Amino acid sequence: MHLMYFTEQPMSAYPADEGQAFGNTALMFSNRHFDPVEGSRLYNERLDEYLYAEEMGIDGIMLNEHHNAPFCMQAKANIFAAILAGMTKRVKIVLLGNPLPLAENPVRLAEELAMIDMISKGRLVSGFVRGGGQEQLATGVNPAFNRERFEEAHDLIVKTWTQPGPFRWEGTHYQHRVVNPWALPLQQPHPRIWIPGVLSTETIIWAAEHRYPYIALNTSIEATMRIWKTYDEAAEQVGYAPGPENRGYLQRIFVAESDEQALENARQFMWMQGEFTGLAHPVWSSPSGYFSPERRRAFVEFAVGRAISPRGRQSFEEQIDNMQIIAGTPTTVIPKLRRILEATRPGIMALWGSDGNVSHEDTKTCIRLLGQEVMPAMREIGQELGLNSPFEADAPVSLDATREPAAAGAAAG
Amino acid sequence: MTETMASTCTDEFVSVAGERLHLRRGGSGAPVLVLPHDIGNPGWLPFHQRLAERFEVLAPSHPGCDQSSRPDWMRSVRDVAVMYQSLVSSLGIERAVLVGLGFGGWIAAEMATMAPGYFDGLVLVGPMGVKPAEGEILDQALVNYIEYARAGFHDQSAFEQIYGAEPSTDQLETWDRNREMTFRIAWKPYLYSQTLPHLLGGVRARTLVVWGSEDRIVPRSCAERYVQAIPHARLEVIEGCGHCVDMERPAELAGLIEELVAS
Repeated sequence: MHLMYFTEQPMSAYPADEGQAFGNTALMFSNRHFDPVEGSRLYNERLDEYLYAEEMGIDGIMLNEHHNAPFCMQAKANIFAAILAGMTKRVKIVLLGNPLPLAENPVRLAEELAMIDMISKGRLVSGFVRGGGQEQLATGVNPAFNRERFEEAHDLIVKTWTQPGPFRWEGTHYQHRVVNPWALPLQQPHPRIWIPGVLSTETIIWAAEHRYPYIALNTSIEATMRIWKTYDEAAEQVGYAPGPENRGYLQRIFVAESDEQALENARQFMWMQGEFTGLAHPVWSSPSGYFSPERRRAFVEFAVGRAISPRGRQSFEEQIDNMQIIAGTPTTVIPKLRRILEATRPGIMALWGSDGNVSHEDTKTCIRLLGQEVMPAMREIGQELGLNSPFEADAPVSLDATREPAAAGAAAG
Repeated sequence: MTETMASTCTDEFVSVAGERLHLRRGGSGAPVLVLPHDIGNPGWLPFHQRLAERFEVLAPSHPGCDQSSRPDWMRSVRDVAVMYQSLVSSLGIERAVLVGLGFGGWIAAEMATMAPGYFDGLVLVGPMGVKPAEGEILDQALVNYIEYARAGFHDQSAFEQIYGAEPSTDQLETWDRNREMTFRIAWKPYLYSQTLPHLLGGVRARTLVVWGSEDRIVPRSCAERYVQAIPHARLEVIEGCGHCVDMERPAELAGLIEELVAS
């Protein structure tokens, strides 16, 4: 198993009552409530925690980015990735991921990622995402071309990494007359690409068709099983049988020395008005053209308040009951994690260990217990269940790589 | 439910640039092309019917909106203008009066710049398409479908007469589809062109720019900019009326159009 540590990097130091009063804090909640002094403290605490996570034996650090919102302080995943590339020695740096449609110049992204891969000596996993609805508005990018831009930017980046330049790219959304960056990834044929998601069937199928692992972001066990069914069917269509090395899962978990302490800190997963990305504004989170036409009816009803979010909402107690949030001592959480591993069989597992206003000290306790007690137990369970990571399985980095056997073998990092 | 007077118009689909454009036609006389708002054309409305007493009214739905098919290749409002130019030409119309409502006003202005001799009159009602010197064009991406449509009305009872107090989910889907098409062709800059103002000096048609004094979608400065840039243009402000003058004051607007044509 590949076991990662994740946090959204919450900007928790703002007046919560102002956020409550404003309502939907992603996109339009004024940054006059952003305090850079607190921001500086929080960034440095997170950095300290990542370094500590490496020390405690964690395999990878998962990073992401969001915009215009207190629920996530990372405005550019590549910045923390670059810092960790230089400051850590062993952990994988797992970006889940760069929101491709927001890029006006994907070649620049390819360069940045190549630099991170070289500086880290080949420890980069370069995930890609579409970005949430709000991100399109926060960056002024047309939501109606989100999926087209995602796919085209991906194709351009992979070509930039794998085909010698200079070459010319005349696409629909991107045109580059001279692609020839003097920065190429250390890992061959290119860094692994993992695709995280929650909802969209098209993305699951796209990931499966490329043979990229799909990371289910804290979906229920039932929803996760449906995702694997969709993935497996698409994989079969293109001629391979997926296994645990194609499956990842993000689990919210808080571990402490006592169950009471763990539960108290786990409540912070609800800090953003009950949704981990902040209470989604029904219009801002789903701009027209962003979601697939099959879901149009559900989203328009949600947008005017006639239906609940198609993304679903659950109370803390419900989420504890159905294990979407796990909290407790290592003894309490390990059997629950076993049930999730048995049911969903992922080879990649991200543990989202802290959120909201959990203190630096408590977060480090959680990281220590994860690294020293929970993860060793998970590795044993993983071995027992045959849950190999892409690294352990020496899986090809993509379907294309399986067609070029000379290059495929060198991919494992 | 949408209030239409279907018996007095015909419905057809016309093939233009490989797409199917939905077109309602009614009345007889000099041809008047009515280009609708970004929220779409909900049907044959009292405004169309009133105009049809004097003119042959052609009321299409924009490509990608309502029942018209979506040209996936389309990237600009100028593309829409060229499509409509093809439409009137393929229908054998020699000369026409052009009426553009809101977003349709932008398209009409583009058409009038590209074919200056073609139009006997140009009526721009709360037209988008130029950058406001003061104020901003309302960003529909930040409000829901009903809020945006209602923002077009000062008189909410006029909205309810056409769309109902609680618009149907089918109507919401249509608004979402229309909004998506608006985004596809007018996302950035949002609902205006940086080049159109420089071309408006070539418009030869007598031009009336109409603006509702309570328009919350398009600022008055847009209407004024059109009047300044087009050689034979004047501004008519309708007091106590919102953006959708055609739906709030159909008879008054139709009367102004008749006057322009008669003058």
